[in-house]
Amino acid sequence: MDERNITFMFYGLAVAWGLLAVYAVLLGLRDRDLTKQLDTLKRMVEEKK
Amino acid sequence: MRRKIILALGVVALPLLLRNLYVIMFLVPDEMEQGPIYRIFYYHLPAFFTAALCYLTALVASVLYLAKKDQKYDAIAVSATETGLAFAAVNLITGMIWGRISWGIWWAWDPRLTWALICWLVYFGYLMLRSAIDDPTERAKNSAVLSIFASASVAVTWKAIEWWRTQHPGPVLSIRTGGVQKIDPAMEQMLYVNTVALLLLGLIFVLVRLRQEEVQREIDALRRYAHAMN
Repeated sequence: MDERNITFMFYGLAVAWGLLAVYAVLLGLRDRDLTKQLDTLKRMVEEKK
Repeated sequence: MRRKIILALGVVALPLLLRNLYVIMFLVPDEMEQGPIYRIFYYHLPAFFTAALCYLTALVASVLYLAKKDQKYDAIAVSATETGLAFAAVNLITGMIWGRISWGIWWAWDPRLTWALICWLVYFGYLMLRSAIDDPTERAKNSAVLSIFASASVAVTWKAIEWWRTQHPGPVLSIRTGGVQKIDPAMEQMLYVNTVALLLLGLIFVLVRLRQEEVQREIDALRRYAHAMN
């Protein structure tokens, strides 16, 4: 079997998993950022009250 | 409650994805003509199905937004669209890698490939449009209209392999060939099993993204409140 065939199969599977993993990490980072923003704003509003 | 649902889905999806990866890499036999490269199909097709379902969800949510003017539907539409784009990217890039070996080229301006790319670009444009409009009501209304128009590109992409018989392989799944078996039943079954796994992952992404939209709206409301207090 052509070695490139197997190599490109690995590339394909790595890209599939890699892209979804990157999106999951981006979602996680955005989640952390939003939670931080929300906490800061809540504290700020409480202090103003 | 939603956090528990996301966790429960994750507990089901992750082992299933890992189990499928093991089966795809080590247990399923090579395809006679293509060799190992055909294994890419186990991600290429399910990723397309997941993206198409996400876009369909966005279409329904967009129609509901225009009918009911409820921001909840706008949040569902954007969450599903963004998730759909991630899966559509997997579909496009894995297809290119398969094409490099099977066709000897990374890309062909074949109708199916071209429409899949158009579809991706239109939905990417949807996200760009959203980031360009500040007013939430205007943003929701304009993006809902765009999402409805964009759904036509999904339908054309879906039907392209039947309408234009060119370079991209035609339908192989028995659900699209009227029961005619074009691939080994074991291969077809594995495709469905991995479709379920990717759909579960897609649902997790949509739910997480939906929660983020709700938090973002809460942040915006708090900002307005804080501004009014000054």
